[in-house]
Amino acid sequence: MRKAYYTVEERELTQAMKPPAHTKGPARWIKDNLFNTWYNVLLSCLALICIFFISKALLTWAFTEAKWGVIPANLQLFGVGAYPREQIWRVWSVIYILCVLVGLSAGMWGGLVFRFAVVLGGVWFIGALLPFELSTRGWFLGAVAITAAALFLGRGRTALRPWILGGWLLSFPLIMIVLRGFGENSVLTSNWGGLLLTLILAVVGIVVSFPLGVFLALCRQSNLPAIRWVSTAYIEMVRGVPLITILFMGNILIPIFMPGLDINQVLRMGLAITFFSAAYMAENVRGGLQGIPRGQHEAAQAIGLNYVQTMLFIVLPQALRSVIPAIVGQFIALFKDTSLVAIIGLIDLLGVARSVIANPDWFGLQAEVYLFAAIIYFVFSYSMSYGSQEIETALGVGEH
Amino acid sequence: MLGVILLLVILYTNMLKGLRGLGLTLNLDFLQDEAGFDISEGIPYEPSDVYLKAFWVGILNTLKVSIIGIVCATLLGLLFGIARLSSNWLIRTIATAYVECFRNVPLLLQILFWYTAVVGQLPRVRESIALFGGVFINNRGIYLPSPEPTAGLRIWLGFLGAGLLLAVILYVVRWRKLRQLDRPGFRAKWALPAFLIVALCGWFLAPSRPFTLDLPVLQGFNFRGGMRFSPEFSALLIALSVYTGAFIAEIVRSGIQSVVKGQREAARAIGLKESQTLRLIVLPQSIPIIVPPLTSQYLNLTKNSSLAVAIGFPDLVSVGNTMMTQTGQSIPVFAMIMVSYLVMSLTTSAAMNWYNRWINRVGR
Repeated sequence: MRKAYYTVEERELTQAMKPPAHTKGPARWIKDNLFNTWYNVLLSCLALICIFFISKALLTWAFTEAKWGVIPANLQLFGVGAYPREQIWRVWSVIYILCVLVGLSAGMWGGLVFRFAVVLGGVWFIGALLPFELSTRGWFLGAVAITAAALFLGRGRTALRPWILGGWLLSFPLIMIVLRGFGENSVLTSNWGGLLLTLILAVVGIVVSFPLGVFLALCRQSNLPAIRWVSTAYIEMVRGVPLITILFMGNILIPIFMPGLDINQVLRMGLAITFFSAAYMAENVRGGLQGIPRGQHEAAQAIGLNYVQTMLFIVLPQALRSVIPAIVGQFIALFKDTSLVAIIGLIDLLGVARSVIANPDWFGLQAEVYLFAAIIYFVFSYSMSYGSQEIETALGVGEH
Repeated sequence: MLGVILLLVILYTNMLKGLRGLGLTLNLDFLQDEAGFDISEGIPYEPSDVYLKAFWVGILNTLKVSIIGIVCATLLGLLFGIARLSSNWLIRTIATAYVECFRNVPLLLQILFWYTAVVGQLPRVRESIALFGGVFINNRGIYLPSPEPTAGLRIWLGFLGAGLLLAVILYVVRWRKLRQLDRPGFRAKWALPAFLIVALCGWFLAPSRPFTLDLPVLQGFNFRGGMRFSPEFSALLIALSVYTGAFIAEIVRSGIQSVVKGQREAARAIGLKESQTLRLIVLPQSIPIIVPPLTSQYLNLTKNSSLAVAIGFPDLVSVGNTMMTQTGQSIPVFAMIMVSYLVMSLTTSAAMNWYNRWINRVGR
């Protein structure tokens, strides 16, 4: 029986006692979570029956009928598309550059970045263990070593953090140059493909559309009506139409509007994706800007900051912090949307999947190939949303 | 300001120069020319019809797949959104797995998967999968029985009208009584059964059944009669519903969760039943939160239906694309596509804004 009041001794006693540990055992857990009421008993039984039949069908298919040989046979195609084999060192150089940066950042920041670096190193290590050609396994081992070395070097050197941020910014053009190359040995962008192309389009889209979106959002809040109208019209028009029409436009209209200017298809698609994504980004940022109280602007003006300073140091940091979930959501959407370039004729990850299926050697293996591509997309999208949740908790978004 | 005008002027002159280079002029006369290409489904259409008609077929096809898709996606989203809040661990986990799996994979990939790996692998016509005696599934599509109106329909409609009148009267009476008693309650408690009873009586009392079912029948090499969903339509519909449903489930879940726990506890404290708590306390507060993101999901679904171009379903974009390659008039066709989507977006937002205002007025 519960008492209405406790004596001081009793209260101390109850406070000193820890809550009971997990002594319930699995049987009790099942009863509490699956069979606690009559309708839950019914639902659980139905769900178990469904799970049994679906997983039985799936597992039978996956282990007896599916011909998974198509995946290892085309792994390079999935990875880099038609990128020339003898130039593959360029891709590895890019991976190494990224490994150095990730390792150094992990050493300096720790926390989530550290965990990311460890997972990445683990992926390379597994790659080295798989039965690839000897040279490929060597490249993989090199990546493990470089990540580990950079991590060790960067450990605790917090003073160098600004340099690493600069390094990340610089790495972007550097990677493009390394991938493209110069002169006779250069690799045309039409040969870029597979996961490489998907990631390049996504990263270019994310990196460029973010500042563009912030700019558009600021324009939409501008005091000058002309600027406000133009940016509002742009944002609403782009958001009103599907991405695929923007891609078709980029493909057909850029040559009409810019005659004489030879822009290759990869760049055209990159531009179209960026301009499309910027409109959505602008709306997300605007949401954050509207949440900043007027007093913040006024206080900044009172201490003598001009417009640029107010925005850069006072308003945007607060506004962007509050819309991190929306922005990451937009990044994930952009990553998935890059798959639409396969309709235009680029050979990205999905494009490779389609071309492998169209190959008579691999006739009738749609399910295997699409499932493999889906898993790759899933891993990237899901890790992004996982990372976003971690950042949210770290920054305390939604708390006051 | 000057910069913007300058940019527009440069773009315009560039466009004219570029068009001249291609030997094209900007006008809409081509819309009255004969289209000459076939469209596999939609309202009756002949290749000898004009381009404008072809475009109209495309618009209607987009609307058809979007509206049916929105209904299916909402049902799926509601089901899984509520399932994610279930007290049953198994149900909760299944719903989470559904949301995460379908949200994180590109829609285009899902459309292609359903089209080539599922719908495309269905058995041939002679080996059709038959369900409930009237539904046939094969690689030419899904065949469903379709209702055909008969002479009895008019009399039944008369019954329905009378039932509706009765229901309205009973609703008002019950509403007044509840107000008089000053108690919460289900206002349609009398109206709903009354309407259903009258409708049922009408169904059986009419001289002939209001509808007969037109069953699909195998004749020669194909099915005749009934309704047919083409493989393209089916794959697109499944993919759009399942994909958008995952997003709607998240919206529903977070909407219901956003109602603070204290509200539920307070409702229980004043003696409301579980169903009353949901209807009178939780839903009125969560629906205004759910509606705006739901609207944008509906618009996304409509825009995403344009991915039909990848599997050859003749939607707006797909037909527009064919028109562009045939006539070379890319700029007017793009403008027409954009205007069509803008009209759809604006109509949907207007309808949902109106609904949102109505909900807010009733709920608070």
